Amino acid sequence: MTLLPLFEWIGSTDIGLTIRDSMWLFPVIQCTHLLALAMLGGSLIVVDLRLLGLGLKRHPVIYLSRQAYPWLIGSLLMMLVTGLLLTSSETLKIYFSPPFWWKMRFLAVAILFTFTVRRNALRLEDIQLEPFKGKTIAVVSLVLWFGVGFSGRWIAFY
Amino acid sequence: MSPLEFFEWLQNTYWSTAIRESLMLYPLILTTHVLALCLSVGLIAIVDLRLIGVRFRNVLISEVTAKLIPWALVGFFLMVTSGLLLFYATPLKAAQNVFFQIKMVALLLAGINACLFHAAIYRKATTWDSLQIVPFRARLAGCVSLTLWTVVLVSGRLQAFNWFN
Repeated sequence: MTLLPLFEWIGSTDIGLTIRDSMWLFPVIQCTHLLALAMLGGSLIVVDLRLLGLGLKRHPVIYLSRQAYPWLIGSLLMMLVTGLLLTSSETLKIYFSPPFWWKMRFLAVAILFTFTVRRNALRLEDIQLEPFKGKTIAVVSLVLWFGVGFSGRWIAFY
Repeated sequence: MSPLEFFEWLQNTYWSTAIRESLMLYPLILTTHVLALCLSVGLIAIVDLRLIGVRFRNVLISEVTAKLIPWALVGFFLMVTSGLLLFYATPLKAAQNVFFQIKMVALLLAGINACLFHAAIYRKATTWDSLQIVPFRARLAGCVSLTLWTVVLVSGRLQAFNWFN
């Protein structure tokens, strides 16, 4: 079974057609996607730096992660919604783009990791969180999200 | 030599053409440019949120700037380096693009805002460093910064669309 029919259907919806036929909708959604990227990056990095023993190290991990969390969720949701809208307007190009599928693999693993392993660790008090474990989680988180962004940027080219 | 003649000359240099026509180099530089944004603008946004008093209120203003701005500068250095290379690859097209021009003005204003904050507002910060809600002028600097960086990102993205050329 292939996902092609699903992509064709998304592309044939009113939303997909409207964005494709509009001159300014696609760029505007892309801008929102990019702004959310900056915010997502900031809310991840401020906590991952702390896990690495850098940045705001005078403050407990649990405090920083709780402060960053609403912005992490908000920007991630914004990225998912705008990303889906962008995809819907050029489904066939996207379907045959290898970087898109790399992005989806990275994204699936990154989301899974962020909301299981990373989230559980960020709930701990500093004394309960082993520094090595914290550092490993930060590196894995940064690498996974970097993979999402990197392959995402290449969709335009291949 | 007029600026346009200079950009035309620049565009015809060996390396400009090499980057422009490369299948790997150009996307790689562009990717560096976009991802460094998470480090620079992402962390600047975190500092601004603290300044405005939206998040991280337990963190001192001096702390959030001293600990996060150096990392933002690393990202900014990557952005400027990759940005210069991108400009070098297509100087004529970029210089004549209205969004590129808007982006440069917004970038300059963001720089001036940051300098003003440091010179005029932040020097007196010892009195309000630990306040959860800082004086109006400092909060304003945070709002101005967020707005200008939004303009930089949006115009940078729209630069790809050559609507007015």
